[in-house]
Amino acid sequence: MSAPARAWAWLRRNALPIYAALAVAYMLIPIVVVAVFSFGDTPKGKLTFALDNGFTLEYWRTMLDIPELNDALLTSVRLAAFATVISTAIGTAMAIALVRHRFPGKRLSNLLIVIPMATPEVVIGAALLSMFIYYTFALGFTTLLIAHVMFSISFVVVVVRSRLIGFDRNLEEAAADLGASPLTTFRTVTLPLLAPGIVSAALLAFALSIDDFVISNFNSGTTVTFPLYVYGVSLRGIPVQVNALATLLFLVAVVAVALVLFQQRRAERMAAVRPEAEAGGPIPLPGTAAAQ
Amino acid sequence: MSLKQRLVPYWLLGPGLLWLLFFFVVPMYFMGELALYSGSLTSPDGFQFTWAFENFPDALSGHEQQIFRSFFYAGTATLLALLISYPLAYAIAFRAGRFKTLMLFAVVAPFFTTYLIRTIAWKTILSDDSPVVSVLQTLSLTPGDGRVLATSGAVIAGLTYNFLPFMILPLYANLERLDLRLVEAAKDLYSSSRTAFLKVTLPLTMPGIVAGVLLTFIPAFGDYINAQLLGGTGQSMIGNVIQSLYLNQRDYPEAAALSFLMMALILAVVLLYIRFAGTEAFMGDEDDAEAAR
Repeated sequence: MSAPARAWAWLRRNALPIYAALAVAYMLIPIVVVAVFSFGDTPKGKLTFALDNGFTLEYWRTMLDIPELNDALLTSVRLAAFATVISTAIGTAMAIALVRHRFPGKRLSNLLIVIPMATPEVVIGAALLSMFIYYTFALGFTTLLIAHVMFSISFVVVVVRSRLIGFDRNLEEAAADLGASPLTTFRTVTLPLLAPGIVSAALLAFALSIDDFVISNFNSGTTVTFPLYVYGVSLRGIPVQVNALATLLFLVAVVAVALVLFQQRRAERMAAVRPEAEAGGPIPLPGTAAAQ
Repeated sequence: MSLKQRLVPYWLLGPGLLWLLFFFVVPMYFMGELALYSGSLTSPDGFQFTWAFENFPDALSGHEQQIFRSFFYAGTATLLALLISYPLAYAIAFRAGRFKTLMLFAVVAPFFTTYLIRTIAWKTILSDDSPVVSVLQTLSLTPGDGRVLATSGAVIAGLTYNFLPFMILPLYANLERLDLRLVEAAKDLYSSSRTAFLKVTLPLTMPGIVAGVLLTFIPAFGDYINAQLLGGTGQSMIGNVIQSLYLNQRDYPEAAALSFLMMALILAVVLLYIRFAGTEAFMGDEDDAEAAR
């Protein structure tokens, strides 16, 4: 076989992996661009590829020197923290009810949990604003919190539910057989085994909240979150510090998820959780545990 | 079972269902009511409830273009996402080996940067002085003036990119459970790779395809960030109209009528889907839930 023919044969054989590598690279392009530009010595906020001045650490050094940006970030973190705690608690209870109990109204409850996930954000934001206008409710941190908990609940239910489905009930029965009260069983067996699911759900809720722009844009009043700040400055030119901060947040998120993954793997090895139950890879998202 | 025991699931569900009822269902009602108001913010009487059903046709007329664009952009983006995702999901499920977790991680990695920042990054990538654009210009793939930003193509590209993970993940979850022995059996029975794919793999992964299409099309249809940042004045979608009517023009009745119609359309599609396929595309497998009890 001639050299080109061999190369062609090799390409044909490996077309799929090569394609997959390219597709994955495509997924990562914007992240790389954000990171590279955070080091670019460009005129403030100008979107340009002219990196003639080379690279600088200036914007990483001055990352926290913009007061409005700091305030927005702080608001976002506070909002996400509150929304995470509330939606995780409420959503976990709902998931337990849906998996462990049979009761009239279950289908309707499922529907009420699913529909918000399938609703465009602009409609959710508009509907909430309509209600707040009707009651002349002052827009601000409270309305943002209400909205963020609302759209996080469904995702928490889905994640915790998938963990509960793969749960080995024998372990609880064993605890009960050994004389543990229902409360002790829940505290010492159920909760620790459920913990990885609850932690992923909380991480997802936090990520959803800190990333949300559309619904927040409708219900924020004068309160400014991180995405709202970015949107505001994007109209006149974004300070490069935003790129630096976004890169840092990305790295923090990656480390957090890697730690959770590692912990889950360990927990799974230690406990007899059905392996096929970890439905869709590392980060639980809607549709991950999709249809069959 | 005692009454107390039977009430347990309701106590557990109560807070969440009430939250969804008061802050999702009830707001939808108020949006519907607001759609029937007339008047304006500046008129002496302000807004009045007058059963103004004409708001619904009024909201549609004059926005035909934006409505058409929403269908066209979201539809094209969904199709592109499906074409990009299927081979990728297949590769991750069957050919990734030890890179599987890493690749899944890369697929969801975009979620770790803010949606807005990702889209702004695309704005940079597609800006006039970007190398990507000069390559496209060399290949004569750009329109007359050589710009990529502020074209339909840029908006569709942005939508495709931003909602890609919503397509890949359900496809992957479906493909991963595919029994490859069925494909082998087809080949043993002398079907070509192509026939085996069309007659075995594709039908068996149809649930994943439908779930992915739904999960991509719905958010893309309502999106306005991509049209706003990557498009120009001629690329606005229905989401842009709703946003601007609510937040800039403050024409609440017309805005409410428009978003109410959008909700009704999407609700109809989703309920139809759930009727045929159940809630598992969104919630995970029901059968597993039954088995776990």
